[in-house]
Amino acid sequence: MTTSDIVEPRPQELVIKRLVAAHFAAGMVAFLISLLGGLVFSLLFLYRYPFEGIEVLSPGRVRMVHTNLIAFGFLFNCLVAGLYWAIPRITGTPVLSAKLGWLIFWVWQCVVLGTLFGILGGHAQGIEWGETPIFVDPVVVVGALLLMTQFYPPIVKSRQSGLYVTAWYVSAGLIWTGLTYLMGNYLPQFFLPGASGAAVVGLYIHDLVGLFVTPLGWGLMYYFVPVILKKPIFSHGLSMIGFWGLAFFYPLNGVHHFLYSPIPMYAQYGAVISTVAVEVVVTTVIINFFATLRGRMDSLRSDLAIRWFFTGMVLYFITCLQCAVQVTMSAQKIIHFTDWVVGHSHLVMFGVFGFWVLGMIHFLWPKLTGNPWYSTRLNTWSYWLSVIGIVIMFVTLVGAGLMQGYMWRELAPWEASVTSSVPFWWVRTFSGSMIILGVSLFALNMLWTAFVPRPEATPEAETQGA
Amino acid sequence: MERFRTIFLVAGLIFFAFAFISMGVIPYYHLRPIGDDPDRRFKSAEEVAVTVMPQFEDLARRYPKAFAKAFEGGATVDNCGDALREGRDIYIAEGCWHCHSQYVRPVSSEDLRFGKISYPAEYQNELQLPHLFGTRRVGPDLIRQAGTHSNDWHVAHFLNPRDVSPTSVMPPFAWFFDETERGAVPNRRGFAMITYVQWLGSWIEEEAPDVAAR
Repeated sequence: MTTSDIVEPRPQELVIKRLVAAHFAAGMVAFLISLLGGLVFSLLFLYRYPFEGIEVLSPGRVRMVHTNLIAFGFLFNCLVAGLYWAIPRITGTPVLSAKLGWLIFWVWQCVVLGTLFGILGGHAQGIEWGETPIFVDPVVVVGALLLMTQFYPPIVKSRQSGLYVTAWYVSAGLIWTGLTYLMGNYLPQFFLPGASGAAVVGLYIHDLVGLFVTPLGWGLMYYFVPVILKKPIFSHGLSMIGFWGLAFFYPLNGVHHFLYSPIPMYAQYGAVISTVAVEVVVTTVIINFFATLRGRMDSLRSDLAIRWFFTGMVLYFITCLQCAVQVTMSAQKIIHFTDWVVGHSHLVMFGVFGFWVLGMIHFLWPKLTGNPWYSTRLNTWSYWLSVIGIVIMFVTLVGAGLMQGYMWRELAPWEASVTSSVPFWWVRTFSGSMIILGVSLFALNMLWTAFVPRPEATPEAETQGA
Repeated sequence: MERFRTIFLVAGLIFFAFAFISMGVIPYYHLRPIGDDPDRRFKSAEEVAVTVMPQFEDLARRYPKAFAKAFEGGATVDNCGDALREGRDIYIAEGCWHCHSQYVRPVSSEDLRFGKISYPAEYQNELQLPHLFGTRRVGPDLIRQAGTHSNDWHVAHFLNPRDVSPTSVMPPFAWFFDETERGAVPNRRGFAMITYVQWLGSWIEEEAPDVAAR
């Protein structure tokens, strides 16, 4: 026993602020690269791809950079940043080691860069959302193990009598992430051919959302929303139902990515039923959030962080309702393989979890840098651009998907389904540009807040960090 | 409360295992390759190359110099197996599978448009590690592609898709070709890719439907 173990540390000293800030910054850089990739890729569909004929910037590769940097660059970094803030404060115990923290940070940025350059260099792996090259996969697993080493000690050593629901989500989510990654990247690649491999890849695609992004996202939401509102969560019982429901039903969902495929039908039906069940589980989280907010609706006007969470929650309700409908076998006949699904995934990844992450950053960034936000107007702009952008993108892609699905069923010439989609794809590129503008303003505001404490900005500051 | 923490972890792991077994292991058990059954045996790339050999030989006849440079020993089954493996790798690396699916569903008029509905046994081979079912169709499904277009068409198409399909959004793949005095000629990557695409569905004996819509 050293003296530091006896002296009760104040919560402010628990958190390694520089580490939180570094993960957020890295996440935002990856986010911007990913968005740029998405924008460039969308130009392909307008017959205006700017890098035609350049092998390393071939559109198929750029597309994989877009999706993978969102998952492993943006969401992973930002969720881990949130954990570095929330876990020590919930448990009253610091994480295992700051040095280990920086090691994880750099290991993870190696994963992100390895994924970026590996995919552009033509070494992508044929697993959706796991295109991370095969030679980077072991580093990801090591990273996940280090992360468990970092976050399990404070949870286990917690001095609190009861364990807050966030800690449940995190302790289960971290181990699920590692298992999911091992399962999805190795079994279908080396052992399970064809349809049986597809079943496992389906599990992987969905578990990455359901067992990595969702538990960490929900967990952090359950921490930050009460903290920002300075009032406890509406119902602990409900949050427990949410946890066990997620743990039981979410892992069963995966095969719904390959309905009507040669995968055995009992797996397909099982996946459909458990997916509908997940929507019930999600509803508990949504109810819990809105009930917590009750009586404090004024904070939507006064607090942008709460507004990000609130909007994310509204969009979450929409996306989950959509999910329960689109997963049915009858809807799948039409909408599978179309832009409908693309719209759905954009709404989930950006409109829900992206918004929550931006809400977290909005709340934490002034605390991390010690400066108030450089410009609240800029933040309001980025909020509205992002919201309007993602809503337009969602509506246009869902519409395009319905049109494509019906054209295919009615045996219209394939080319017709492409040319008829081009107007929709123009709107998609336009709405995507709004999102990029919004997120860029947010990133710029972060930069200025960190390095230019007062509104009298010097022009050098902008170039300095960019 | 100490006990609770362990319960969370163990229960979380058990649920994960339950899902993995019911959704992964049991389907695998039903679909697993069986040694003697000719339909169920796990086949190597060389074994499944047999049905695409006519196209592979056709490529060797059309581009004798380039083909000899790309494949030492000519159009042998071993070379064809290598071509299929490399073609599959390129198909993955270029992200082809994000815009082309590889299974025909029993719904949405797909059997009329593409051909025979997909069945599990046709995916029991080395080239399906990993599987390439795909989740999005910007372009058409490819699992019944074999023979629907000639090798010449594929050469022109990979060089610039819009030359043969004016409204296509598919990008050109210049790096599948070498420049010669007679114009662009496929290199090893180009031959591999064309062989792979011509292989997809070459094992199907039924005549493909003759629908203008495909």
